[in-house]
Amino acid sequence: MRAGQSGVVFQIQGGQGMINRLGALGIRPGKRVTKVSSMFMRGPITIQVGNGRVAIGFGMAKRIVVDLS
Amino acid sequence: MGNPNVGKSVIFSRLTGVKVIASNYPGTTVGYTHGYMKLGEETVEVTDVPGTYTLEPTSEAEEVASQMLDSGDLVINVVDATNLERNLYLTLQLLERNIPMVVALNMWDDTEHRGIHIDLDKLKELLGVPVIPTVAVTAQGIKELVENIPRATSPETPIRSTDERWVAVGHITDQVQRIVHRHHTWRERLEDASVRPLTGGIIALVVLAVAFLVIRFIGESLIGYALDPLFDNLWAPVMLRLSDLLGGSGFLHNILIGKLVGGEINFVESLGLLTTGLYVPFAMVLPYIVSFYLVLGLLEDFGYLPRLAVLMDTVMHRLGLHGYAIIPTMLGLGCNVPAILATRILESKRERFIAATLISIAIPCAALQAMIFGLVGQRGIQYVAIVYGTLFIVWVVLGLILNRFTKGLSPELLIEIPPYRMPPWRTVLQKLWMRTFGFLKEAVPIILGAVLVINILYALGVFDAIANFTAPVVTGFLGLPKEAVTAIVIGFLRKDVALGMLAPLELSANQLVVGSVVLAMFFPCIATFVVILRELGVKSMLKSTGIMIVAALLVGGALNLILQ
Repeated sequence: MRAGQSGVVFQIQGGQGMINRLGALGIRPGKRVTKVSSMFMRGPITIQVGNGRVAIGFGMAKRIVVDLS
Repeated sequence: MGNPNVGKSVIFSRLTGVKVIASNYPGTTVGYTHGYMKLGEETVEVTDVPGTYTLEPTSEAEEVASQMLDSGDLVINVVDATNLERNLYLTLQLLERNIPMVVALNMWDDTEHRGIHIDLDKLKELLGVPVIPTVAVTAQGIKELVENIPRATSPETPIRSTDERWVAVGHITDQVQRIVHRHHTWRERLEDASVRPLTGGIIALVVLAVAFLVIRFIGESLIGYALDPLFDNLWAPVMLRLSDLLGGSGFLHNILIGKLVGGEINFVESLGLLTTGLYVPFAMVLPYIVSFYLVLGLLEDFGYLPRLAVLMDTVMHRLGLHGYAIIPTMLGLGCNVPAILATRILESKRERFIAATLISIAIPCAALQAMIFGLVGQRGIQYVAIVYGTLFIVWVVLGLILNRFTKGLSPELLIEIPPYRMPPWRTVLQKLWMRTFGFLKEAVPIILGAVLVINILYALGVFDAIANFTAPVVTGFLGLPKEAVTAIVIGFLRKDVALGMLAPLELSANQLVVGSVVLAMFFPCIATFVVILRELGVKSMLKSTGIMIVAALLVGGALNLILQ
């Protein structure tokens, strides 16, 4: 996703632990998220979910599958 | 109880008085604060539970929070009104526990700014508990909150599964919340800029530079305008009189007042319990502790630190750390002890080991830094720069090495980034007071003890023996006079006092630099030692210490060569 784009979370490719941690912050299938910015050198990505902002490490972010629409 | 960053601590400080105690939940690494408040005629205990997003045990903090819930009579659920959906998830979980509850809908003022409209009555109806809008930073709504505490209810709530709960939350917010679109405010633009690589980096440098200058300024002002005059004009004459009374020399005199330098009291070098033992913690270290914690508290409460963590994350991962590890590392610049305790926020043992080792090797505490500026700075600011520069390089290089060679994983960053908020002075000062007082309680006895032990050992000639024994390494390799060994040994007790011991040795500026670096790196001060032992265990402690000793000698030797 590019900065400013928004999409709906489709799937989280990870174990239960990761799904829970992301879920607690509001990132779960069916939720709309917007990318705010990214850090160079594969750094963390900042996204807007609901009314809050969350920073996610690159590796973890890669495993959140989003449906762009 | 509530999510992190919702203002629980502020509400807590509004409810409680001055007597607030920070503690640790027994058997865990999770901390909490508790205090007392007057409720009508009774005095009740209030506990600020660590922030959690859920009661499901995904981490230790959540388990503790869940257990604390069981031991309480009533819950004040602090909810961030600007983040209703996420916060209500916890609210529903709390309702399922059937404990009398009141909801404090905090940051109410922010909702207007963001164009969020919340139907309070409807929310109250759907949840079944009193809902009070509050603006903790201005104390709006606090009175109403307290009035509603007796009216807390625990309505029948079905126990739901995770998904069902989110659906329920969705239903509630649909009925209760209405968001009106409004334009990007300048605050939001600043928030975004702080996280983007280029602008974020610039902002970070500016913030750090300003922070550094402010800390120096406050520290030096406190020393120059308040504490030095106090010691020189009030205490010194008292000490001189006492010295005369005790006859100018003798065992008791040396213990209490130490050696007179040039016929007068030199607070740094005399090494008496009542002279150096009091001067070092109060006039050299305390001013910097206060100024450091003040600035750190402001950065924390303002909401800047998570953004710094994001910026630093990539770099930190190269060193085997998590972006969040920047926080304990910065705490280490105040005192290594709370810094190492703070490494608990890191999730893997490997990260904690690397962070703790790096902190105790390369991060000088405020006390030591005060001494460095005081003693090395006298010879010229460039020498201070060399000391800091070397320590920084050590931090980076050692981090790279440890990253390569330690086993285990470092998990990825996943943190919430709160919006920028102006913290109320009351909370900032309360936090500052707690940290300063905590430091004094722990440091002063140790310093006094250290000064006492040094004097005794000195009198017994132990130091001369050790100095002779290690002379070849110290003089040959490090280029320091063998008396410096005494200082290094003292470094085990207190690094700042140890550096002070180098003062009367008439070292060249280069020698002083080598001495400072070796002291900073060599072995943790006893307080840090104990904490590392408790946090990491014996094996890791030994590994860490071994690394420290080897690194200190290597770097010291190298520095000696380079500076020739």
